[in-house]
Amino acid sequence: MALTGVMRPAFAQIRVLDLPQAIEHYTKRLGLHVVTTGEDGRVYLKAGDEFDHHSLVLRLADHAGIDSFAFKVASDADLDAFEARIEAYGYPVDHVPAGEQPGLGRRIGWTIISGHRIELLAHSDLSEPKPGIHNPDVWSVEPNGMGVRRMDHALLYGPDIEKNLEFFTTVLDFKCAERVDMPDGLLAIWLTCGMKAHDVAFVNHPEPGKLHHVAFELESWADVGHAGDIITRYNISVDIGPTRHGITRGQTIYFFDPSGNRDEVFAGGYTYYPDNPTRTWDETQVGKGIFYYERQLNAAFLSVVS
Amino acid sequence: MTIFKITVEGAGEATCYEDERALVAMERAQGFGRLKGLSRKLPVGCRRGGCGICRVQVLEGDYRSDAMSRACVSAEDEASGLVLSCAIYPLSDLTVRLETPRLPKPGATPAVQTSGD
Repeated sequence: MALTGVMRPAFAQIRVLDLPQAIEHYTKRLGLHVVTTGEDGRVYLKAGDEFDHHSLVLRLADHAGIDSFAFKVASDADLDAFEARIEAYGYPVDHVPAGEQPGLGRRIGWTIISGHRIELLAHSDLSEPKPGIHNPDVWSVEPNGMGVRRMDHALLYGPDIEKNLEFFTTVLDFKCAERVDMPDGLLAIWLTCGMKAHDVAFVNHPEPGKLHHVAFELESWADVGHAGDIITRYNISVDIGPTRHGITRGQTIYFFDPSGNRDEVFAGGYTYYPDNPTRTWDETQVGKGIFYYERQLNAAFLSVVS
Repeated sequence: MTIFKITVEGAGEATCYEDERALVAMERAQGFGRLKGLSRKLPVGCRRGGCGICRVQVLEGDYRSDAMSRACVSAEDEASGLVLSCAIYPLSDLTVRLETPRLPKPGATPAVQTSGD
C-alpha cells in the first residue's frame, strides 16, 4: 500500500494557564524541544525524532483544553480535493494562510459536529532537532526526560460521534480500527489514516469540544516505566498506569500537565492494515478494553476532560 | 512545618501541610478513612486546575490560589470562594463544602461516576 491523502497527525494546539510551567513540563519532563516562539506568544515544540517543524503548540489562555488538531496530507492538491469533499459533506471550510504558524504552509480548517476544530496542511518546513538521514544515528540529540519520539494521536470527547465516524471514514478516508458499542449506542471509536492502530479517537460525551488527552509515543515498555519514575519524582499528577490497553494494545501511563490537560505516553500497539476488520467491544468487556490489567474503568476516564 | 485543618462539611477532617493543595490533603484523608461522611468517592481529576471536577465552596478560612480554568470557575465564583480544591493552598484552617461538578445537559451521562472503584 501507499499512504495517500491524510497521512498522519501534524500538530495539536492546546491551551495552557501558565506558559513557563507548561514549557518546563513538555521539555524537561516529556523531552520535547522548543522550536520557536511566535510573535503572538504561542510556543512551538517538537520531538527529536520528528522531521516536521512542530507537533505541539502551546497557547496561553484562561481555560485549558484543545484549540485544534491538525493532520498532514500528502500533497497540496489534496487540500483542494478534501476542501471540496468536506464542503459537500456540509461543514464550512476556512483558510489559514501559510506562516500563521511558523514553518507551516497553508491550512484548511473546519469544526466537526463534536465541537472540535480539525485542520489539514500539506507543507511543513523541517526543523532541528530532527533525525539524521545520511548514516543516521538512532538519535541526533540525546533523549531527555521521558524521551518521547513523536506526538502520536489525540482522544477527543464530544457529542454525536456516530457522525464523526461517518465523516472521517467517508470524507477523510480514515478506517475505524476499533469501536465500543454500549446498549444505548456508540461509546467510542479509534480511527486511523495509516498503519497505526489510531491517529485520532473519539468518545461520546455531552459537552462539545473537549480534550481527553494528547498522546506521545515511546520506544518501549521500559520507557513507560521510566516515565512513571519521572512522574513521581517531579510530583506530576498521575491519572492511571503504567498499564495496558486492550484496545490498540498500547502500554501506557496517563498524567496531567500543569494546566490540567491530560497527556499519555505509550509504547507498542498493533500494526493496522486498511483491509483489517474493525475490532468491536461491548459493555461486558469494555473495562478490559480500556485498561487491560485493571479490567475496569477508573472514575476519571469518562468524566475528567479539559 | 505549619499544619492546617480542612473540615469537609458533613464528611470529616483532613490535615493539610503548608504549600500543599487542599485536594491532595483531602485525598490522603480519604485514604486514611478520615472522610467517612462522604456519600461518594471524592471527585479527583487533573489536580491542576483544568478539569473542574473538584469544585468546593470555601465556607471559612484563608487560602492562596493557582490559576484555575475559567471554563470551570468564573471570576465571580472564585471571588465568592467557589474554587477548585486542587488549585488552593490553605493559609489557615478551612471549612469547605463539596460542590457538584459542572453537570452536562439533563439526561446525559453523569459527569462523575458515583460508584467507588
